[in-house]
Amino acid sequence: MALLEVNDLVTQFYTEDGTVRAVDGVSYQIDRGEKFGIVGESGAGKSVTSLSVMGLIESPGEIVDGEILFKGENLLEKSPEEMRRIRGNEIAMVFQDAETALNPVYTVGEQIAEGIRTHKDVSDEEAKEQAIEMLAKVGIPDPAERYSDYPHQFSGGMQQRAVIAIALSCDPDLLICDEPTTALDVTIEAQILELLDELASDFDTAIQLITHDLGVVAEICNRVMVMYAGKAVEKAPVEELYYEPKHPYSVGLMGSIPRIGDRRDRLETIPGTMPDLVEVPPGCSFHPRCPYAEEVCSRKEPQLVDTETGEASNPNDDGEHAAACLAYTGDLEDELSYQVEVLTEETYE
Amino acid sequence: MSLSRYIVKRILVSIPVLIGVTMVSFGLVQLIPGDPIEFILQFTNVSPEAEQRLYAKYNLDEPLWKQYLLWLQDVIVLDFGESIISGRDVAYEISTRLDHTIALGLFSWLIGLGVGIPTGIIAAVKRGTITDEVSRIAALLGIATPNFWLGLMLILVLSVNLGIFRAIPPDAPLFSVAKLKFLILPSVTIGTASASLIMRLVRSSMLQELNKEYVRMARAKGLSERTVIFKHVLRNSMIAVVTVAAIQIAFIINGSVVIEQVFSWPGLGRLLVRSISQRDFPIIQAGVLMTGVAIVIANLLADIVYSWLDPRIRY
Repeated sequence: MALLEVNDLVTQFYTEDGTVRAVDGVSYQIDRGEKFGIVGESGAGKSVTSLSVMGLIESPGEIVDGEILFKGENLLEKSPEEMRRIRGNEIAMVFQDAETALNPVYTVGEQIAEGIRTHKDVSDEEAKEQAIEMLAKVGIPDPAERYSDYPHQFSGGMQQRAVIAIALSCDPDLLICDEPTTALDVTIEAQILELLDELASDFDTAIQLITHDLGVVAEICNRVMVMYAGKAVEKAPVEELYYEPKHPYSVGLMGSIPRIGDRRDRLETIPGTMPDLVEVPPGCSFHPRCPYAEEVCSRKEPQLVDTETGEASNPNDDGEHAAACLAYTGDLEDELSYQVEVLTEETYE
Repeated sequence: MSLSRYIVKRILVSIPVLIGVTMVSFGLVQLIPGDPIEFILQFTNVSPEAEQRLYAKYNLDEPLWKQYLLWLQDVIVLDFGESIISGRDVAYEISTRLDHTIALGLFSWLIGLGVGIPTGIIAAVKRGTITDEVSRIAALLGIATPNFWLGLMLILVLSVNLGIFRAIPPDAPLFSVAKLKFLILPSVTIGTASASLIMRLVRSSMLQELNKEYVRMARAKGLSERTVIFKHVLRNSMIAVVTVAAIQIAFIINGSVVIEQVFSWPGLGRLLVRSISQRDFPIIQAGVLMTGVAIVIANLLADIVYSWLDPRIRY
């Protein structure tokens, strides 16, 4: 049994302009200890997916369909009180911007200890000791002294470490990381990723890593799902996605990252912007931006299928390479004519 | 910087402000047309020499800067001189009324905070519901109603028609049941506007805080909604409220001058109003000085509370 199984999740927001389907029928699963990446542009529905799993969708948003099975139990059927006991305890979250995620008026130590006190039956003293231990584990020097520092006395990287310490303090089974390194500079980013990777292995915690950065995914994840306009457009083991991207959108994303040894003068970009989710284009929502789009793409909505067989994707198959493009169901007249060039050492000599 | 060092620094900064307050307190009375000697002598005929002697007695013949320094010299040792009209010691005149004014002010202030903060929290948490709308209208009415009119209506309805409260204060010591019961109406009168204002402020600053990421983080930790609101959100929202609560002290002192008249409350406000019409300079100066000092102290306390609420301010 997978640790987390999300089936046909639909989360909507009710805005003045109309209903926004921020997540529209997304399915995926994460095994124990697995590192699963969710990639996409801003507004693709990555964060909303995570918040749905955490049970933190606030009005005017609502999960309208699907199920979220955690250890076999549907989280959507849990009472608020039961969800509260799971949050921070079995499923924890690392936020994007540690500076705003920490409360400025309480000490860092207190913010770690309060989570421990909430979920574990420990005295205040024990909670404090465990919090200091956590600070040490995430690599804060002099943890006992730093315990009583306020967030503004920490550097950006240390703040993010503190946020990770909070998330891991109750030894969760699933850690949801929402763009954990976006607010950091590159050198600190590498350290934080390494730390996350290390700690997840130590604690045997599964990670759901949300990012728009394909480089980060390559570094950490086992499997990855690419999202576009609220839907999963490609799902694959991480190497396969990089060596053989199957969806034109994923190809576009790959083309837009700079690489060492690259002889291109300018980076390619995907023309256009992601559609307004109030008015998603008919058919494939990517077709207005897709270089291979044909007439049929504006009529028929592609389903996520196994790219080998063209059969509907099986969420339980971890090795499967699935994509939501009509090319794999035989609806396109032409082929997707792109080439993947793998850069090796020779390429840049 | 530690909290105690911050407090010492903040107290030192208040000293020049206090000197400014003494100058304004002394100088303000010079703006009123006429002087106390004219007031005393308005119905009598005295020789110019006798008039000169009177001016000299109260140092009113000296140049202004010298008058100020002479006055300041006495004020520093809490000698406020004697009333030109009654001849009584100003410090005594004020001290017999000060407790009444402080009691009225404190009660009004507590009503303002005691009603304003909880209703503000409720309105913010129940944003957009009928509760929020009702509290919005109540607050608007509370701010828009002139306090003297509210006081008169309360007397008319609750004292004159229903007889629940006395219309004038009982002749009893301040801390007696009868007198404290009487204090309810004037305190409500003054407290209404400040409760309304504080309620709206608490609501808006809570709503602002509720949208912040640390609130989501607190929820993601699995804290109860109670802890999220009362521990995390409230403390951050209070920073704005403390400023206004301190400024409210000035408004309450201000309001009490009028309301003490309406309720015949024997406080500083009534003494001041009478002294102004009599041009009784020493009393006016002492009264204004006291008020000014009270506001400076209130702001000082607000700053200290701030730095306790938000550690970033200390640095």
